[in-house]
Formats: sequence, C-alpha cells, structure tokens
Amino acid sequence: MDNLTNKEYQEYVKKKVPKPDYLKNAIRAFFVGGTICLIGQIIRNSLFRFGFDEKAVATGTAIIMVFLGSLLTGLGIYDKIGKFGGAGATIPITGFANSIVASAMEYKREGYIFGVAARMFTIAGPVLVYGIGSSIVVGILYLIFTAGR
Amino acid sequence: MEYITAFIVGGLICVVGQILLDTTSLTPAHIIVTFLMIGVVLGALGLYEPIAEFAEAGATIPIPGFGYSLSKGAIEGAKSKGVIGAFEGGLESTAGATAAAVLFGYVISVVSYPKSKS
Repeated sequence: MDNLTNKEYQEYVKKKVPKPDYLKNAIRAFFVGGTICLIGQIIRNSLFRFGFDEKAVATGTAIIMVFLGSLLTGLGIYDKIGKFGGAGATIPITGFANSIVASAMEYKREGYIFGVAARMFTIAGPVLVYGIGSSIVVGILYLIFTAGR
Repeated sequence: MEYITAFIVGGLICVVGQILLDTTSLTPAHIIVTFLMIGVVLGALGLYEPIAEFAEAGATIPIPGFGYSLSKGAIEGAKSKGVIGAFEGGLESTAGATAAAVLFGYVISVVSYPKSKS
C-alpha cells in the first residue's frame, strides 16, 4: 500500500468507490420527474379552466411551480425528494427554485446582502447568464438569417 | 391524455439527466446549464416546439423548457421589434418565472433554516 504510484492509487480509489445503481436511479428519476411534470400539467389545465390565455397559463404555471419548489425547500421536504429522485428533482423548474433557496438558506449567517441575496444565485446565476445571453444571440442570428427575405 | 404524455416525456427528460449524472463527472449545476442550453438551441431550430405541443407541461416544466421559452421569446421579439426586440424578448417571455424565483426564493430563504443533516 505504501509505494503505490499516483496512477495506481487513482485506480484503487476508482475500484473502491461504489458504482451507482444506474437502473434504480433512472427509474426513480423517471417517476419523480414525471410526477412533478404531472403536477405542472394539473396546474396548467386548472388555469385554462379559469379562462387564462396560452401565454398567461404558461407564465402562471411556471410561477406556481417555482413557488412550490421554494416552499418545499424551505420546509426541508425537497431535500428528501432530491435524495430519492436525483435528476428527477433537479431538472424540473422546481429544482431551479430549490437551488436558489438551498444555497441562500445555508449562507444566511453571512448576512442579507452577501449571504442570502448573493448566494441565491450560485446556480441560478449561471442559468440566467447562459440563458439570457444565448437568447439574445438567437434573436440576432434570426435577424441575420432572415435579413435577405 | 395530456397527463400521461406530460408524465412520460417529463420523466424521460429527467432520465437522460440522471444517466449523465451517473456516468460522467458532471455536477447537477452543469446538467442544469447544459439542459438549459439544449433547450435554447432546440428552441431556436424550431425542434422543441413540437415536443412542447405534444407533451405540454412534460416539456415546459423541465429546464430545457425554460431555454425554449427564452429563445422563442427572443425570436418573437426580433420579429416584431428588430434588434431591440432580440434583447428584450427572452427576458420578457420568462419574466414571470424569473421574478417569482427572485421574490419567493428570497422570502422563503429568509424565513426558513436548513434542517440539520440526519
């Protein structure tokens, strides 16, 4: 054990790290992610029944899902859903809300500016940077490609 | 019917994420940003629209749906207002969700505390 090279040690560690149970994880992600989308669909259909138009329904559904994701994170419930569902809890928009509240809560002792308000965007920040930035590029590319028509 | 398609398509998108999580060294944050960008690109190419029409919430609730909404908004903005619209459109179409995330995220973070790890 004492005279392992770095590479040998890496391989040793690799062997010892438990392999994830791919199938079990995938099935759990499927059910948790599917269920969250099903809840989204129920909210969507209810909003349609209230007479909102397509755009308002899409926005309203997203707002309610973000609220639910934040609330369940604050109550400590989303953590458990995440532990069970893995990516099934991360990928829906509720997981985006979860990433905001989870890191903001954790750093509250650093204050309300550098703690809560800044740490909210540990993961949400990159999402907004890449998302908004690339959307502008898409819009401009659209103008370039349709300019001749 | 749309409940079943939402469940299955939403579930499948998450399975793809789970497989990436298990087989690569990507962290959840990487997966979220990657999926967002996939949504932006598919949205820009007009390939996400049919998925969203077929699966509704199953396609719009997962994070690629957020990317789709961003690029769809930017294109609509560019169509109606040119370059200025290209800047405004993406944020405009996702304004509700983003604003909600800021408000609810802040308020709930302030009033709640992390649960002790058990």
